[in-house]
Amino acid sequence: MKPTIAKRELVVDDAMDQCAARLTQEQIEKVVNGVFDKETGGRMWTYVNTCIHCGLCAESCQWYLSNDKDVSYAPVTKVKDTIWELLSKKGKVDAACIKRCAEIAFTECNLCRRCGMYCPFGIDIPYMLLMVRRICAKLEMVPLYLQDTVHSHAATMNQMWVKPDEWIDTLQWQEEEGQGYVPSARLPLEKEGAEIMYSVIGPEPKFLAQLLGNITAIMKVAGLDWTMPATAGWDNSNMAMYSGDFEIMARVERLHHETAQRLKVKKIVMGECGHAFRGAEYDGPTWMGWMKPPIPIVHAISFYYDLIGSGRIKIAKKAEGPITVQDPCNVIRNAGLGEKLRYIMNAVCENFVDVTPNKRFNYCCNAGGGVINCGPPWRKKRVEGNKIKAEQFKRTGAHTIVTPCHNCRSGIEDIVDKYKLGMHVKFFSDILMEVMEIPEDLQP
Amino acid sequence: MYEFVSGPLVWIAFIIFIGGSLYRIYYMLSISKKERVVFPHMSLEHSLASLVHWVIPFNNQYMRKRPIFTIASFAFHICLIFTPIFLLAHVILWDESWNISWWSLPEGVADWMTIIVIAGCIFFLYRRLTDPVVKNVTDGSDYLLLAITALPFITGFIAYHQLFAYKTILIVHILAGELMLIAIPFTRLSHMLFFVFTRSYFGSEQGHVKHSKDW
Repeated sequence: MKPTIAKRELVVDDAMDQCAARLTQEQIEKVVNGVFDKETGGRMWTYVNTCIHCGLCAESCQWYLSNDKDVSYAPVTKVKDTIWELLSKKGKVDAACIKRCAEIAFTECNLCRRCGMYCPFGIDIPYMLLMVRRICAKLEMVPLYLQDTVHSHAATMNQMWVKPDEWIDTLQWQEEEGQGYVPSARLPLEKEGAEIMYSVIGPEPKFLAQLLGNITAIMKVAGLDWTMPATAGWDNSNMAMYSGDFEIMARVERLHHETAQRLKVKKIVMGECGHAFRGAEYDGPTWMGWMKPPIPIVHAISFYYDLIGSGRIKIAKKAEGPITVQDPCNVIRNAGLGEKLRYIMNAVCENFVDVTPNKRFNYCCNAGGGVINCGPPWRKKRVEGNKIKAEQFKRTGAHTIVTPCHNCRSGIEDIVDKYKLGMHVKFFSDILMEVMEIPEDLQP
Repeated sequence: MYEFVSGPLVWIAFIIFIGGSLYRIYYMLSISKKERVVFPHMSLEHSLASLVHWVIPFNNQYMRKRPIFTIASFAFHICLIFTPIFLLAHVILWDESWNISWWSLPEGVADWMTIIVIAGCIFFLYRRLTDPVVKNVTDGSDYLLLAITALPFITGFIAYHQLFAYKTILIVHILAGELMLIAIPFTRLSHMLFFVFTRSYFGSEQGHVKHSKDW
């Protein structure tokens, strides 16, 4: 097979460049064969032996479609340039090849599983690329910024180097902010036996702290018995899952679930994030041998669906103008919450404009799967690789995009900026705060 | 020569085909058991739902977006499977050897079905030569598999119509059929066996575990 011609702009990523200079053939061969032999089994073998090279997966991928149907971005090509190469050479490849594998797996694929839905055989291409990431992680060939995030997870059990005192300070600050809306609201810390443990995504205390103020007010209006941990284990995000460092992924998830068990809560409600839900509900537990987490974890979309549907939260006045939505891959395609999202969007918007394609057919934002976490060196490629998302939103004519996912929000903000869409990007809880009815006895 | 290819060689081909297929499936299942998630994820209900949505033409969004490919591929595969089984000439052979027989296709219909298979092979060949994505992931083995698939049908058509060199073409046809049979378990033609499992797994993971759909 002739090698793929991939025209890429040179990107300087210090970690990857330095690693490429250090790797030896022996190390590469040992790790590649070790991962294939010991960490993969039926799936990898069957997928490689069943793929009939039909190329139907190409049109599913937003990278391929946005790069003017550049062959090197098609899912099957990504597998060819990584898996087939590593298998056919039995791991006897050089550092440049591993660097290219890392580039493909970390910065050219979001593991969004859209291609799995277009393959007639249901071949799980994202699973195969996750194994490529695993190989690269074991060889330390990981983009600089992503690896730094994993270091943060390892050292602090959260994604953003948040220190324990910073965490508590932020919560207490946001409790006051929430009290600006609902004076009697509290953010209970370490309340053993509460119904709900609310867990957040790493970035929230760092630069989206208002979301914590939001949830303080929302929980009071809904009249729910909740708490948050004051200790490490509050972060439900998991960049180690995406870097291929499954050991750290599991430690973070185990601490998160053990924290909920320590607080003896009935369920964990998490904020708006896709990958965090996937990590906490699926990837972490399955690595640890659980089919499901010991205490059920509920995504914000389901949570708001229950609150609005049951009438615990009423809407005072719907948000005006055309508003559209992003279906985050990890909660819609990979967790089936598309209908619930539409229910809550229709409840808060007077003119909800759906995207096409939508629900599980939505295009990935290009930021998820750890791609945005690869940081500034890879930003240009990521944003230019999603022209099709900009076109999708432009078609809706909306003034605001609701993104119930952190990665989507950041990625879409970049796209709105680059393609000059002039749209606002908000979380669902941002809109809910604007439209929710605060009962008289709770008002300031 | 004819006695050899239509006698002992048929035995060998079928033994390799059936034995080989069973072995490959068994191997696949045993290495899948090694993986933590595969067996626990499986759900009969979701596997069947997925298969129903992918084995019936136009029963999912993607097929509706690619009507030409869908029609070509389904026509090709349906004729590929049913022609050898229900061809009158083949049924007669089974009857002569084992005294068993079953319904057979009218000969004109079988002719058209053979042509559809050959046309399908030409369609796939055209895709391999011209579609940029497919071309990039194609190598000699892909062309070889197409040839192995097309050959029994081309030679069968020529032999049935006795167009030329009947005896030779007949022997080539039998050899071609035997070659295809033994190739199935050990090449990518095994997608015939494995796709049921890969489809069922993905359908189970998406449906049963992740409460979504894979079509």
